[in-house]
Amino acid sequence: MNQKIQFTLNGKSTTMEAPTHRLLLDLLRDEIGLTGTKEGCGTGDCGACTVLMNGKPVNSCLVLSGELEGASIVTIEGLKIGPELDAVQNAFVRDGGAQCGYCTPGMLMMSKALLDENSNPTEDDIRFALSGNLCRCTGYAKIIQAVQDAAAMIRSKNVQ
Amino acid sequence: MKRTEPFEMYQPTSLKEASRLLKEKGPGGRFLAGGTDLVIAMKEKGLVPKYVVDLKRLPGLTGIHENKDGRITIGALTTMREIETSPVLTKKYPFLCQSAAEVGSIQIRNRATVGGNMSNATPSADVAPSLIALQAKTTIASAAGERTVALEEFFRGPGQNVMSTDEILTEVTIPKTSSRLVGEYIKFSPREMMDLAYVGVAVVYTLGEKEKTCEAVHIVLGAVAPTPIRAKKAEDALEGQILSEALAEKVGALAAEEAKPISDVRSSAEYRRAMVGAMTKRALLNAAVGPAKSWVERRDRRY
Ligand SMILES: Cc1cc2nc3c(=O)[nH]c(=O)nc-3n(C[C@H](O)[C@H](O)[C@H](O)COP(=O)(O)OP(=O)(O)OC[C@H]3O[C@@H](n4cnc5c(N)ncnc54)[C@H](O)[C@@H]3O)c2cc1C
Ligand code: FES
Ligand code: FES
Repeated sequence: MNQKIQFTLNGKSTTMEAPTHRLLLDLLRDEIGLTGTKEGCGTGDCGACTVLMNGKPVNSCLVLSGELEGASIVTIEGLKIGPELDAVQNAFVRDGGAQCGYCTPGMLMMSKALLDENSNPTEDDIRFALSGNLCRCTGYAKIIQAVQDAAAMIRSKNVQ
Repeated sequence: MKRTEPFEMYQPTSLKEASRLLKEKGPGGRFLAGGTDLVIAMKEKGLVPKYVVDLKRLPGLTGIHENKDGRITIGALTTMREIETSPVLTKKYPFLCQSAAEVGSIQIRNRATVGGNMSNATPSADVAPSLIALQAKTTIASAAGERTVALEEFFRGPGQNVMSTDEILTEVTIPKTSSRLVGEYIKFSPREMMDLAYVGVAVVYTLGEKEKTCEAVHIVLGAVAPTPIRAKKAEDALEGQILSEALAEKVGALAAEEAKPISDVRSSAEYRRAMVGAMTKRALLNAAVGPAKSWVERRDRRY
């Protein structure tokens, strides 16, 4: 069943026809062409498909297009505002928080969601927030370091 | 990964409209809340619903409300993350917030609802034991009207509950409780996060005013029977008694006897039974100490 849906995607109002059963992940990748969002497991376990829906991180592999009317979606493509990388992106680049990079869009979206709520997280806070994001390469240490550095960047920016 | 088969989807904006839809479309439809069980069933188990009715546009099914008479109502569409972070619940029933925090990841908990967790009726559903231990009631609505069922009576078996296909779970209500009530939920699974409970234990009791006797004791076990169950012999053994380590051990042993675990890919029945004993004992002792201050403490004090 096709349905006309109107939602906000990375800040832009978007109207399109989509089958209601189409997964948000597939809509983004196959119909809209935003392939930054990745599919790891397809069952909510790995976090590679994480996007923000109405400001909150969710697994796009479990969201149906039919649920999107009026929603606001932010994907990895919308994290950067203008030419400037977001603080989490900068920190992941600088600290080597990515190796193969497959988990990285999800890690970044989840880290962004954490730092929006808490710009001074402890290591335990970070581990808790990222427990639904799997990485098979980095061993996590550098990811955690990157989130801590991003937090520090955000805090020093807020002071200025 | 497999994709979902096409289906029609409806988004009614009133209960009336929802029931009319169900009548019109007939059997084979499914309600959709957060979709974290339903979409998985469609992708992994090949479930093809004839149609899907999204409940999220129905008014009045969200939020946590503290009523003047002390009851707390939790709308069926309230997410696990909302329960986990609710100031009202954190103050009154921190162990309930704890049980919600045990579900999946933050991404999952932003979608997973309490109504879905109950309706799906998995024996390991993480918020069921704590809610049963608080003597919560469910409100169930259909075109025919509304009825109330104690959550303890709501489950009928794995994936089975008392609702008929045209009924919607609208809210869960926790009755007024004593200010001296304490509790704890322990989810036992060797993988720290993102795993289902091998054993879940919720304990709730009220500490006597003068002496520290345990009153109105509720001990509820998850994942060790076809539905969450109360361990009534264990409850009776603690009722009116002052908790000690030795008594907690004895009560735990009774709870282990009452469990009806199965062996499966996660664990053997014997192991589950032994863990019911150990976790019940721990939960009783932890409840007396007060809520854990962090998830690390919550994790470590299970042992
Ligand atoms: C990766 C992952 C990890 C998970 N981890 C856990 C875990 O640790 N612990 C745990 O307990 N669960 C876990 N779950 C299962 C699931 O997230 C929960 O059971 C969740 O609470 C289901 O809620 P939902 O809103 O997503 O339900 P949905 O998937 O929307 O619905 C589930 C079922 O209930 C019915 N239903 C939903 N709401 C109502 C209602 N109001 N009235 C009548 N029927 C209704 C639907 O028709 C459907 O059959 C996990 C799931 C995933 C994908
Ligand atoms: S692809 Fe969605 S969680 Fe793995
Ligand atoms: S960098 Fe390869 S999976 Fe994380």
